[in-house]
Amino acid sequence: MAAPLSIQLEFGGGAELLFDGVKRHHVTLPVRPKPWDVQQLLLWIQMNLLKERPELFVQGDSVRPGILVLINDADWELMGELKYELQDQDNVVFISTLHGG
Amino acid sequence: MPSADPPSITKVCVKCKVQPPAVLLRVGDPYCRECFHEYFIHKFRAMLGKNRIIFPGEKVLLAVSGGPSSCSMLHQVQQGLSVDAHKKLRFTPGIVFIDEGALTGCCLEDRLKTNTEIQALFESTGFPFHVVPLERVLELPASVLQPHESFSDSKSSYKAAVGEFDQTQSSGVQPPCQPQEAAEVHETRTLELQQLVASVKTHTAREELLSMLRQHLLLHTARTEGYSKLMLGDNCTRLAIKLLSNISLGRGAQAALDTGFSDSRYGDVIAVRPMRDYSAKEIAYYNHLFKVPSVFISGLDSKTPEKDSIQRLTESFVTKLQTDFPSTVSTIYRTSEKLQTACKAPSAVDDSLRCELCLCALDTSAENASAFQATQISEQLSQRKCPDDSLQNLKYDTTCSDRCHGDGTCCSSASKLEPMELKSLMCYSCQLIIKDMSSLEHLPGYILADAQRRLRRSQMRAEISSFLLD
Repeated sequence: MAAPLSIQLEFGGGAELLFDGVKRHHVTLPVRPKPWDVQQLLLWIQMNLLKERPELFVQGDSVRPGILVLINDADWELMGELKYELQDQDNVVFISTLHGG
Repeated sequence: MPSADPPSITKVCVKCKVQPPAVLLRVGDPYCRECFHEYFIHKFRAMLGKNRIIFPGEKVLLAVSGGPSSCSMLHQVQQGLSVDAHKKLRFTPGIVFIDEGALTGCCLEDRLKTNTEIQALFESTGFPFHVVPLERVLELPASVLQPHESFSDSKSSYKAAVGEFDQTQSSGVQPPCQPQEAAEVHETRTLELQQLVASVKTHTAREELLSMLRQHLLLHTARTEGYSKLMLGDNCTRLAIKLLSNISLGRGAQAALDTGFSDSRYGDVIAVRPMRDYSAKEIAYYNHLFKVPSVFISGLDSKTPEKDSIQRLTESFVTKLQTDFPSTVSTIYRTSEKLQTACKAPSAVDDSLRCELCLCALDTSAENASAFQATQISEQLSQRKCPDDSLQNLKYDTTCSDRCHGDGTCCSSASKLEPMELKSLMCYSCQLIIKDMSSLEHLPGYILADAQRRLRRSQMRAEISSFLLD
């Protein structure tokens, strides 16, 4: 059983346009039988936070190419990408490097 | 697709081998925060130092769009000029920002709000800055398109210039910059600009046209304010995408100028791209980790689907490829470094051999069996016959009144510019832009005026050609 997680999300580089222009979101992820990983987080974001145009943020199982993900100020590729298990008070940042946001 | 061994196995920075890694650069090199910072700063100074194109004491205009690359460039310049910098940079910067609020149709308050944010950012640097609305492009003089002589003799030695600068150096304190008055924009100009944008039928051509107009505006600002160098913030990823899109757009001949480090097509003002060695990822990480301020401004192409234009499609292609093959962008970049133009230096190019829009040398001499000739032949064959469009049939009145134009050309040619005539003054890809426009009348006055001037001159030349000695 995973306890409810308190996570800080940040969106930059234009990605915030898809979230009503709000850059910082403080969210509490509900309890789940299995631990939360980044892949689950993406699904959760898509269902609960994304206001429009999901294809500009997610692609298949992962983020759209061109969107960087930092977990606690470190490259997510160093942490295991989608398989990283989220801890309480983690800070996840999504920065878009694409021209069109 | 088998993934490479997760680099976190090594768990230490590849440079200092002590600290835990924060960023994964290039193909699989983990760097810790401090080593990344070092690496980033060093690249900028090395890029400028290696190319030796910016002389000490020179006035350099930084074109800042508010985006991450240009703000990062601004930050680097600021850091490099600060008194305690190791290998201090030595030039005099100014900043220019083009306000493109007219394009997205955003209201005056929003434009003002963005401009205020940007101004606050610029003010904190202490450099003189200019906020120019894009509408200003409609008021440019025709002289902006004409080649200018370069300021200084480019062969003068870099070392000599450094020596001279050191001797005459004063205390190095920047004069306090006067706040610029908010640029006044007339509503009619905004509408004219919007009409111009609306007259372009495809997104591809629209993006190209806007990019040309922006360049003209930057050039004009640099000239009028006395800057001899223009620094653009294009990063490696953006330039790799630009190179591939340019080839798709027919701009292969100008690829070296469009994506190289220095761009000398204007003659007097040289554009440089010091960020061309940084990938978009490196810049985004650096800005986030070291709190470099930037302002995201929603543009015409925000949230557009990828099939909208050649540029968007290429961007999507390159970024997708990059995720699976992280050396994509750097390979394209290294290939582009090897590009050089075969024709002579464009700054020496004569008026009649320049493209009216992009100001590069014309690439439209259709020699026998050239690809361009083949394109022209197939175009003629697939169109219905319209001989009136042909350039040869331009009628001119031999009995003109004596109200001739001041530049020594006859005034009797037609006052309305035909697309065919304008196309004859342009390179291949700019011709394609014109082809995608529903009407030429919304083009800014300076382009039409300069085009007409050139046409009159070439007409006059044709008239008196039998009398000329060469």
